[in-house]
Amino acid sequence: MATIPATALAPKRATSADRPPKKRKGIKSPYSMWFYLIPAIIYVVLFIAPTFASFFYSLTRWNLFTAQFIGFGNFVEFFQEQNLTQGLINTGIYAVVTSGLKVVLGMLIGVVLTSQIIARGYLRSVVFFPVLVSTIGVGITFAVLMNPTSGLINKSLALVGIQGPAWLTDPAWALLSVAFVDVWKGVGLATVIYIAGIVSIPVEYFEAAKMDGAGPFKNFTQIILPLARPATVTVIILSLIGGLRSFDLIWAMTRGGPGFTSDVIASVIYKQYQAGFYGLSTAGNVILFLLVTVIVMPLSWFLNRKEVY
Amino acid sequence: MLSLKTKRSILAVAAGVSAVALALTGCSSGGGTGTGASATSKQTISFLIDNSDANVKLAKGLIADYAKIAPKVTVKLETRPAGSDGDNLIKTRLSTGTMNDVFFYNSGSLFQALAPEKNLVDLTNQPFVANTDPGFKTVVTSNNKVYGAPAGTAMGGAILYNKKVYADLGLTVPKTWDDFIANSQKIKAAGKIPIIQTYKDTWTSQLFVLGDFANVTAAEPNWAKDYTANKAKYATDPIAAAGFNHLEQVHSLGLLNKDFGSATFDQGLKMLATGQGVQYPMLTFAVSTIIANYPDNAKDIGVFAIPGTDASKNILTTWEPAAVYIPKTTKHLAAAEGFVNFIASTKGCDSQTKSSGITGPYLVKGCDLPADVPTYVADMLPYFQAAGGTSPALEFVSPIKGPSLEQITVAVGSGITPAAKGAAQYDNDVKKQAQQLGISGW
Repeated sequence: MATIPATALAPKRATSADRPPKKRKGIKSPYSMWFYLIPAIIYVVLFIAPTFASFFYSLTRWNLFTAQFIGFGNFVEFFQEQNLTQGLINTGIYAVVTSGLKVVLGMLIGVVLTSQIIARGYLRSVVFFPVLVSTIGVGITFAVLMNPTSGLINKSLALVGIQGPAWLTDPAWALLSVAFVDVWKGVGLATVIYIAGIVSIPVEYFEAAKMDGAGPFKNFTQIILPLARPATVTVIILSLIGGLRSFDLIWAMTRGGPGFTSDVIASVIYKQYQAGFYGLSTAGNVILFLLVTVIVMPLSWFLNRKEVY
Repeated sequence: MLSLKTKRSILAVAAGVSAVALALTGCSSGGGTGTGASATSKQTISFLIDNSDANVKLAKGLIADYAKIAPKVTVKLETRPAGSDGDNLIKTRLSTGTMNDVFFYNSGSLFQALAPEKNLVDLTNQPFVANTDPGFKTVVTSNNKVYGAPAGTAMGGAILYNKKVYADLGLTVPKTWDDFIANSQKIKAAGKIPIIQTYKDTWTSQLFVLGDFANVTAAEPNWAKDYTANKAKYATDPIAAAGFNHLEQVHSLGLLNKDFGSATFDQGLKMLATGQGVQYPMLTFAVSTIIANYPDNAKDIGVFAIPGTDASKNILTTWEPAAVYIPKTTKHLAAAEGFVNFIASTKGCDSQTKSSGITGPYLVKGCDLPADVPTYVADMLPYFQAAGGTSPALEFVSPIKGPSLEQITVAVGSGITPAAKGAAQYDNDVKKQAQQLGISGW
């Protein structure tokens, strides 16, 4: 842009001011330019400026008081982070487990709740209820329930003679325990999306299938499964993004512990921030941003491409 | 970063969000020095302290007693989360120029991370400085200027033990680590918990490493200097690595309470007070909580230094008290200075003793302890009185403390990470912190 000389633009601008409406294609907006300017300023100040500021700070050693430019040092450091590999693997496990379970359970519950059953409306709201509760509250509650010795879950298991694991303090279980709670909390949303998807399938298909002698199982595999595809796509993408950047529940329940065994990328980043490595933490956020983009964009394209027919 | 209090996870998130928001507006950090208004007019200053019960009580007592001396000045109390969340809040407030007129914060390495020359008021010429213990002055000094006044008492990082159980089992205070393990085995055989660990509150896991530092200095007097200069490492020095090895050993020998992973600090204190558990590596300030909650058991709680290899050198690793500081952005400098001078005076000590009891020696000249001190303080005093009986913890002799130590020690203490690997991880953590602080040689 800067290469265009100002003089070249000047006469053009004058002429276009003389006869503005003719050159314009499409519909002329009824609002003046000032109408758009304010939202633009708000957008730039609140979204664009911080985004670019964080790109800048990710290249510095920053202690909130001073920022020293160190190039890509933070990124190099972040990738050498001792628990980053573990965090990346955990993030993957967490995202896949929660996303997969939400799809399967959400669809099953969705099918049940669209069929003719007693108290359907009540059950729909019960399934959705956990979505409305604060994540931190859920995390703290389940941390109490999952206490290995005094928690309700292991006490109940003991009644039927099962020795429950130390859910949150056993390195093998900690991450999965949090993932299960995440599914418990999030499956309501997936169910609602599926209910909407299943209800929107025209009744004619089911009637025709009935004429052909299809049972409930055929109905499910041949009609609901393929025609609820947009719902599946939405659930997978939403829960995968949610899983990849999930933080609050993990922090409330285990803080990434014991040790580093349930750390995910977001909690590694938060710990850097908490430790006062602000530049390093910002670099981690830039990496997380890129990672989510790289995973979700092609996935979204792949899942949506069959929709157009 | 061994902060003395529990952390609040909910506030962490809130603090994180607000810190980010503030950081965006914080490009211009606090400049202009306060213009101390005349102390004769009525003024209100605010005082920020962490939200632990013990410190809130301390602050309330100080404020009430200061109101009697300086009726024109009203001090308003504000609390903050403890631990790393509190560290962030302090740094954010300083960098955005919104810090309270007086604030309470750790001395030593955490103080150094606040960029004192840029953010804090130089208190070198204040009257309290002449009456302050020289050792304490060094941990609130940056470039030969004193920035903080002592608040609270010195404490030890040691083994708290139940004297009653020790007497019942006929045990004596161990002088070497091997004696300590032998005692622990006997306690285990008697059906009690030999060593209490409470990894739900991760900060409590650091004592075997941090509290062993007196033994490191005894063997290698220059270790702290070499460590700061990037020469000495935990992983490559077997004496320094001992703390990590001890942590691993007590777990692998099965000397811990079964619920070490999910137990909390408060549960640990309860086990110790009731005699269900017998030894708890901890900072001595914790006993004041036992005195408050289990007054009948308090006299059973004793203290001994974490033993090393040499029985002739039995040295207590000590923690300097926290300090009160004044930010440069205060608008009530004179009133703030008055309050700070009061805290670090004999009247201030009296006020602290009144509200919190005696928790250890004060570092202000003239603040002597009465004869009838609690048992655990009486156990500690011989270390302070003997020549070379105490040695400050590493965070007071070096500006560098790696922030992830508590997670690493939980991993080592739970048998997830081997000791040698944990020590190497901590060295790496220290490297990052040194670079962040801009220390030369890293």
